[in-house]
Amino acid sequence: MKKISFKKIIKDPYLAIGILIMGLVLLMIIVGFFWTPYDPTKMSASEKLQGISLRHIMGTDNMGRDVFSRVMYGSRVTLLIAMGTIIIGAGLGTIIGAVTGYYGGVIDEVAMRIIDALFAFPSILLALVIVSVFGVGWMQLVVSLGIAFVPSFARIVRGEVLRCKDMDYIQNARLQGVGSLRMIFVHILPNIKGVLASSILIGFNNAVLAEAGLSYLGVGSQPPYASLGRMLSDAQQYMFTRPSYVMCPGIVIVLMVLGFAFLGEGIKRWE
Amino acid sequence: MRYTIKKLFSTFMTLIVVSLCVFLAFNVLPGDPAVRMLGLEASDELIEQTREAMGLNDPLLVRYGRWFIAFLQGDFGTSYSYKVPVAGMLLNKIPITFSLGILAFILTVLISIPMGIVTAKYENGVLDRIITVFNQIIMAIPPFFSGILITFVFGMILKVFTPGGFVSYKDDFVGFIKYLIFPSFAIAFPKISMTVKMLRGNLIDEAGKDYARTAYSRGNNTNGVLYRHVLKNAMIPVITFLGMALADMVAGSIVVEQVFSIPGISRILLTSISNRDYPVVEAIIMGIAIIVIVLNLLVDIIYRLIDPRIRIDD
Repeated sequence: MKKISFKKIIKDPYLAIGILIMGLVLLMIIVGFFWTPYDPTKMSASEKLQGISLRHIMGTDNMGRDVFSRVMYGSRVTLLIAMGTIIIGAGLGTIIGAVTGYYGGVIDEVAMRIIDALFAFPSILLALVIVSVFGVGWMQLVVSLGIAFVPSFARIVRGEVLRCKDMDYIQNARLQGVGSLRMIFVHILPNIKGVLASSILIGFNNAVLAEAGLSYLGVGSQPPYASLGRMLSDAQQYMFTRPSYVMCPGIVIVLMVLGFAFLGEGIKRWE
Repeated sequence: MRYTIKKLFSTFMTLIVVSLCVFLAFNVLPGDPAVRMLGLEASDELIEQTREAMGLNDPLLVRYGRWFIAFLQGDFGTSYSYKVPVAGMLLNKIPITFSLGILAFILTVLISIPMGIVTAKYENGVLDRIITVFNQIIMAIPPFFSGILITFVFGMILKVFTPGGFVSYKDDFVGFIKYLIFPSFAIAFPKISMTVKMLRGNLIDEAGKDYARTAYSRGNNTNGVLYRHVLKNAMIPVITFLGMALADMVAGSIVVEQVFSIPGISRILLTSISNRDYPVVEAIIMGIAIIVIVLNLLVDIIYRLIDPRIRIDD
């Protein structure tokens, strides 16, 4: 890994733009923990569907709630769900990938058959199966998306472990009597952290998209605390009367995805 | 021939694994389907009779076998909430969802391949740069959001189509396709961007290899090298990607159908999920899984036709 320097980051447009966008989004989310301009659930009959103004910088929704406050809250929900998804997906995926790649043999064959079958299965369907079995809610969404994300991480990590397994330094460590677990976690995994980091960021990008899609379908987080996808499905019917109500949460989703994509691409180039 | 047989066998194995997973997921649930069907007031005797009639007292594997064989014969069971055969409920819906996915796929292939070639050919030119930046942004727009934007711009402002004015394929096939064009663009956009990005990268990589230089030195011009030599090799990973993208697009149409209020399987699936009408959910998931598995098999076969180097043992 190269030394991190500010000058270098600025020179790579992907990294710079990614950091800028994610910085803004994260700032909004962190501030949202302590302060929002209005209570995101407070309705007001007199201020329904207002346009963009100084009082309401993203306007208000059909129940007179401040859209910016709701976006601040909604992007937090979206990001937390994406984080949970990645923790489960990348965590389990890395362990499965590392173990199957390192040991090979029958475990590898069986696990990869299952992983391949799951990989071919669109993640949105997998999530819908799990949601229909365990019910609707954000916890179920995190678990189901997490499981849906395991195969891709397992595949990537397995490939990388296979690549590293026969390198000289591993052979050397093996001769020195390093045990298998230590070998995987101390010698191999730190060397694939670059690949892992960029796939985690791409994973975030996909998790935000998947969460938004499923919440849009109404199987994610439940009202009144809506995630961004849920807000869009509520807002859709007011597209013509108040476009800003739809555009604002939509653009924030796009920015979030874009930020993760640029960061991922930037890190890939960095390596 | 041996390749095809082996592939068919492994496809069949995948089908077994997937169907077993789906069956188990819906059958290890707490709650008795007989009670769910008859209501809580039913007498124990009636419930026991129904359980026997439904075959619920048999071992799990026997039930799986019976369900799987019935499924292959087109008997998807009976809906808990509507008390009608599931097959009948889905018969008119599946062609709609499938057409939407296929249409999106056709658009993706038609648009992304020429675009990928152009961007690679004029690498770092103005057009290439514009398309590359544009692609990054398109990839970040979820299909349902682009669907909403398309409805707004083309449906409400330009009035090219009527939002919600879906025409059945039985009444007017041309009108049906016309209505589906806009939603399929919404599904196709991100896939187009991904394919262009991938094809461009592969073409540039392949063009730098030795065989491409050899082809140049033998007197081919850029187009000759590109179309006769490089393109074929660059397409191989793209075909794998497109196969997976097709599966994704069929599944992705579930979301976009909601945006454009298309009466495909989406609405039935979502109501069945919230009503816990498991036979319907099971049938839809299995149906899409089978489509996906068959598509993957087709991709593998096409792959083999393009690249004879691929052996099953690889």
